[in-house]
Formats: sequence, structure tokens, C-alpha cells
Amino acid sequence: MSLDKATVAKIAHLARIKVPDEELEALAGELSQILTFVEQLNEVDTKDVPPMTSVAAQKLRRRKDEVTDGGYAAQVLSNGPETAEGFFVVPKVVE
Amino acid sequence: MTALTHLTMAEALDGLAKKEFTAVELTEAHVRAVEAVRPFNIFITETPDAALSMAKASDERRAQGAAGPMDGLPIAVKDLFCTKGVATTAGSHILDGFKPEYESTVTSQLWRDGAVMLGKVNLDEFAMGSATITAHQGETVSPWSPGAPGAWEKKIVAGGSSGGSAAVIAARAALGATGTDTGGSIRQPAGYTGTVGIKPTYGRCSRWGIVAYASSLDQAGPMTRTVEDAAIMLRSMCGFDPKDSTSVDMPVPDFRAALTGDIRGLRVGIPKEYRVEGLSAEIAALWEQGIAWLKEAGAEPVEVSLPHTKYALAAYYIIAPAEASSNLARYDGVRYGLRVEGGNLKEMYENTRGAGFGKEVQRRILIGTYVLSAGYYDAYYNKARQVRTRIKWDFDEAFKSCDVILTPTAPSTPFAIGEKMDDPVQMYLNDVFTVPINLAGLPAMSVPAGLGADGLPLGLQLIGRPFDEETLLRVGQVVEKAANFSAVPPFVA
Repeated sequence: MSLDKATVAKIAHLARIKVPDEELEALAGELSQILTFVEQLNEVDTKDVPPMTSVAAQKLRRRKDEVTDGGYAAQVLSNGPETAEGFFVVPKVVE
Repeated sequence: MTALTHLTMAEALDGLAKKEFTAVELTEAHVRAVEAVRPFNIFITETPDAALSMAKASDERRAQGAAGPMDGLPIAVKDLFCTKGVATTAGSHILDGFKPEYESTVTSQLWRDGAVMLGKVNLDEFAMGSATITAHQGETVSPWSPGAPGAWEKKIVAGGSSGGSAAVIAARAALGATGTDTGGSIRQPAGYTGTVGIKPTYGRCSRWGIVAYASSLDQAGPMTRTVEDAAIMLRSMCGFDPKDSTSVDMPVPDFRAALTGDIRGLRVGIPKEYRVEGLSAEIAALWEQGIAWLKEAGAEPVEVSLPHTKYALAAYYIIAPAEASSNLARYDGVRYGLRVEGGNLKEMYENTRGAGFGKEVQRRILIGTYVLSAGYYDAYYNKARQVRTRIKWDFDEAFKSCDVILTPTAPSTPFAIGEKMDDPVQMYLNDVFTVPINLAGLPAMSVPAGLGADGLPLGLQLIGRPFDEETLLRVGQVVEKAANFSAVPPFVA
């Protein structure tokens, strides 16, 4: 499997990572190498094999749907790069 | 008397109990050692003041007869565990300035049991790597590197991603350290530095408060200089935690009590598929030696088959990046860490993540994004999860005819910084013996077993049944005693 520059640019955009144009070519090469490496999985017969969802033989626990934590907005916000009035501040989203 | 920094945890606990020295004295010796290892770039954050006040509190508890199972033991913490009020970086630029408001479950249990924090140690960025060379804070150099600190003839890697943890113990600057292991990140650096490392069964240690890489594979575990110390530290780290949905509600055994030395009649599986191409002759010989040691102790070697071993790396390099691409979506410049402004919200995200993540992390996020994207999900991600099931079945089958499995930890002795680095796939091969175990969720440990012709350490890996860390430790200690590994790195603090 070989990825071209345009595909890498599209994935980078989906992943919200800015990749400078001049790095796309090299990155496409590296990612293609990895994808070629993983192609060997097609040799494995996986007919009727369930995809693993949990490695431990247990079901997810349930708990009561109730508030058990919270009430410390200042701590939640304490690491925010920009905050105001109890909110995280981001660039304007709606025009 | 042995220098305080050269004691094992068990010896230090003994000395503290007999009042031969205080926790403050033990910690002061280690704080000096932490300063002495600075050329190796092991610590990202040193916390000497916290260490001394924790040591003082430990001495007070001991005076009142209230000492915990690890009381007064100075340890280092991989900088992937959130520590309240102490910078937590994951080795990444994107977590610049992040000081958690909470403490990870595993570290809080260590402090509950009296351990003393010396600081936070280096790793590969977001635990993605096998050499501890990708952190924004720079590479860690192994104390096994020949030559004077700072003027090495050759800089040897400490392994990774828990390379700082391995290096700090090998250099005698901490009695133990926490590690995490997603594809071998505890066992491989332990093998590379002549130390002991355990990855417990998935679900044994809470993942709460540990910066996530690949959540279905990540497990925390202890790194120490002896198997007995690993048993001591593991007990404090394990335990049910309702805050981690995959934490398993099972009693934590007294692992130290399992170290009876008696392995008579135990069946030791030797997987034939681990005799991979490119396995060095000295590692093959060491493996044979390991089999002979266990046989002498009364165990019975049996050949087992793990037919899907060769596909484990490929499955891993789909599953782990897929989970990482999702886990690392949270680093967006809004709630913590780095923010690089842009014209609008989307540009701000892209600029922040472009500047904040290093190359290997970006590579893995992109691979993960690709294999999860529409049209490729079944071909890659689902296929990998099916192969993962087959790998797990292989182990289930093998454990019908054996009680524990013995393999090498890594296919070679540690390499020099700069080698093997051009080709990501070559780099991934370091983990060929360790990755299958994470995919199957099993417990495994690396025990130092000898030195290669280059004078660098080699480890043997033991793999156990789910939740049977006790057998693992018991056999591990037999290997440790037979190997009688006493080599010390060229530099110790």
C-alpha cells in the first residue's frame, strides 16, 4: 500500500495536525513503509474469528447513574492556556 | 556497610526497621545521586524538596510504629503518571506547563504505602518508542555507555519507552521506578539495563491518571534491581480501582510470599516461533542457558507453539496507533498545555498539534487516523483485532501444556543512539518478543541474565497465565539466582 502526498495531507487534516508541504513527501514514504509492513496480516485466516474487544474476560461494570464528583471548576480550568469567567476561551467559532 | 544507594529495597526496609539509618538519610543519599546522574538526562523534573519532606514524614510514621510496606523507599516516577502539583509532560512539548490537579491511582498507592518521590523520569514521547530518544526534553543515555559521563565513547540507549526508569535504577539513583508497558516498554528497557521489570496482567494496575497511549494494551508495573523488590513494589501498585473501567476486582496477593524458590515439576514452555531470523547467537545461547537453569531447579521444559507470533508486530502497529489517534485527540490547545494561535479554531488545533507533537507521535497518529478512516476500518483495524484474537488463542492453547513461558526479552543487546533510526519498521523489531504479550493481556517480566560480547546486558523474559504473577515471580527469582547477575554499569552514582 502506497500513500501519495495528497492522501497524507488529507489524513493530516483529519487528525488536525499541520504538516508543512515540504515534509509531506518524506512522510508519505514512511507511512507507506508501515502500511506495507502490516499487509502481511492478510496471510492470516480470520474467517469466523471475532475481533477482540476486551482482552480481560470481563464485562464492563455498571454503576448507578448519579453524580459522584465535581464542583471544582477552578481546578478544572487551572491548566487552561486561556480562561475567563469560569470558561475555556477559544478563537471565535461562529462567523 | 554497602552505600545506601546500592541497597535493594528489601535491604533498605530491613535497615530502616533496625534503625541503621533513617528515611531522611536514605533519601539524602539518593538526592545526591540524582544530581550525579544529570549528564545522562534521566530526570525531567527533580523533586528533592518533596522527597525530603516525604522522608521526614516516613521517619515519623516509623517512630509511631505505623510504617507502610514501602515506607521510606526513594523511587522515581515515569513522567507519564500524573502527579498532583508536579509537572507531568509525557516527554512532549504539547504538555508544556501542565501541572495535574490530581494524582494517578498507582502513584497515590505508592505514597500511601510510604514510598518517597525523587522526581519524574524521561521516556519516549507519549511512551511511543523503544529507546528513550524522542522526548522533547532530549534523549536519555544509558549508564552502561562506555566512557566518562558526557564524554562517552558511544552513547548506548537505555531502551524504551520507560528508559529513564531503567537508567535511574541501573545508575543506582533510585531503588525502584514506575514504568508503563504497551508493547514492551517496561521489559525491553529492563533487559537493556540489567534490571528487573514486570508488566502485570492487563487490569491489575489502575490506568487512572496515567497519560494514555493505547488503552487496551497499557499497563503500569514496577522496575527494580531484584525480583524480590519487584514483588514488594508490585503489591503496592496493584489493586482494584473503580475509576478505571478495565480494572479487575481481585484480591492482591502478597507477591513476596510467592518467592519460595521451589519450581519442581513446573512446566516451562519454549515457543519454537521465537527462534526468529536475526536472533543473535549469544542470545540463542543465553536462552538455552536459561532452559538449563530451570531444568536444574527441577522444572520441565516443554516445546510449545505460538503460530501467530510473526504477525503480532503488524497487528500492534495498527491497534496501538488507532487507539493513540483517538486518545491523543484531547491535546488541542484548549484545556491544558501548549497553544499555538491560528486564524480560527481549526487552525489553532492544527498549529498546536503540528508544533506540539514530535515526529514519531505524529506518524502514529496519522497511521491510526488512516486505519480508522472510512473504507479502511475493516481492512486494517478489524483485521488486526481478529489477528489479536488468534494470538490470544495461541497463548490459551500453549498454557494447556505449560505453566510459564521462557523467551529472550529482546533480539539483541542495546544499540547505540543513532543506529537503527532511519527506518521505523526496523526500530519496531526491538519489540518482537514483547508485543505479543500485550496483545494477549498476559503478565510478563524481564530478568537480567548475562552480558553480551559487547559487555552490555541481556535479559530473559518470562510470560505467565493471566493473574498468575506469583508463578512468574517465583520462576523469575530462580533465573535471577542461577544467573547471579552482578555486573554494574561503568557509571554508578
